Amino acid sequence: MPKHENLIDQKLNDLNNDGVDRRGFLKCMAWAGTGLVWTLSGGIPVSEAFAAKMGKKAEKASFSFVQISDSHMGFNKPANPDVVATLQAAVSKINGLAEPPEFLLHTGDITHLSKPEQFDNVDQILKSASAKDVFFVPGEHDVLDDNGKSYLDRYGKNATAGGWYSFDHKGVHFIGLVNVQNLKAGGLGALGNEQLEWLEGDVKTLKHSTPIVVFAHIPLWSVYPDWGWGTQDSTQALGYLKKFGSVTVLNGHIHQTMQKVEGNVTFHTAMSTAFPQPQPGKADSPGPMKVPAEQLKSVLGITDVNYVRGQKSLAVVDSNLA
Amino acid sequence: MNSRRVWFAGITAQTMIAIALLLGALQNVAAADKQPADAAVKIDNFTFEPQTITVHVGTTVTWTNRDDIPHTVASVDGVFRSKVRDTDETFSYTFSKAGTYPYYCSIHPKMMGTVVVQ
Repeated sequence: MPKHENLIDQKLNDLNNDGVDRRGFLKCMAWAGTGLVWTLSGGIPVSEAFAAKMGKKAEKASFSFVQISDSHMGFNKPANPDVVATLQAAVSKINGLAEPPEFLLHTGDITHLSKPEQFDNVDQILKSASAKDVFFVPGEHDVLDDNGKSYLDRYGKNATAGGWYSFDHKGVHFIGLVNVQNLKAGGLGALGNEQLEWLEGDVKTLKHSTPIVVFAHIPLWSVYPDWGWGTQDSTQALGYLKKFGSVTVLNGHIHQTMQKVEGNVTFHTAMSTAFPQPQPGKADSPGPMKVPAEQLKSVLGITDVNYVRGQKSLAVVDSNLA
Repeated sequence: MNSRRVWFAGITAQTMIAIALLLGALQNVAAADKQPADAAVKIDNFTFEPQTITVHVGTTVTWTNRDDIPHTVASVDGVFRSKVRDTDETFSYTFSKAGTYPYYCSIHPKMMGTVVVQ
């Protein structure tokens, strides 16, 4: 599977160089089944075949949750004429997980055109998921024309006026950020000063040992600036999180999985449940990428995240919908 | 049936028709000068084509989205801003003042263009 080999090489290139020779170890590893488990032990990534790992994980995990992203409800072009069906397939995948997730995170582009019926449709489909609690952050497609009013009316009730918020779950601190509002010409995603100040205050009194999960739509690291795949003021945000021993950043927007480890921070992007997009620079533009119909489900997916109490970092597992 | 009178009437009629046609033509030319032209920008592949368009004062520029993804047309200086435009939808703006008008897509801010109005 040439595509997976490229992904391995990409991950290798993104890893920090701290003198430990991971290359030989990782290249010997087999890519098994529909998912790959990355865990961090003492700062060194360790990968094991999905099937072998999940049995052990289920016993030890304190809890798990699932990230879905970019459902683009309302999209109906050739890249995927039926985004309802693929979102339903994602829900079936969630419901088939060995360990039921305790909640879902949706990292935005819930809808394609911010229309009320599109938001309604997604809510309706997610009602069939085993996890009843869903936490959202908006994508740029969710805040069109009305400055995000439709999104905020629906999902902003327990959030600040701008839509960002945080919550705690079994000792893990979750932070939902909004980086798709007031985007400036020629710019990238943006958090803005008000949100950054809020973030600084939000984490100020937390113990350094508190595991942190940040979720936002546009990647909080520079994936590919030419295509707008980055956030211009994320460095400041990450600065406030420097003191924490375990930070996991979950993003969407790019419709493919990508991972980067930087010190104590693991960045991870999810697949879309609607349509894939090209790898950075591999096409003229980052628009919907058509694949043969029978291959579509293999490039869409969900992300299962496991937190094991006492372990430094979270295990992040991507599964496609095939 | 004075042949000379008939001849004279014929010449007069021809002259009047010619004058009428000439006046009509002149009016059309004058009207063409007053009528503002239209200009078109195509949106496709996350690009505004042409990226820079130069038009005369009074021109209506119409943007048409041919991409398979929605875009917007938003003036950097707040002069104009479209609602979201999905595939095949259009946005028009008539430029009544000379100047340079940079704009971008507010959904994909790396997409930029300029209208130069002379």
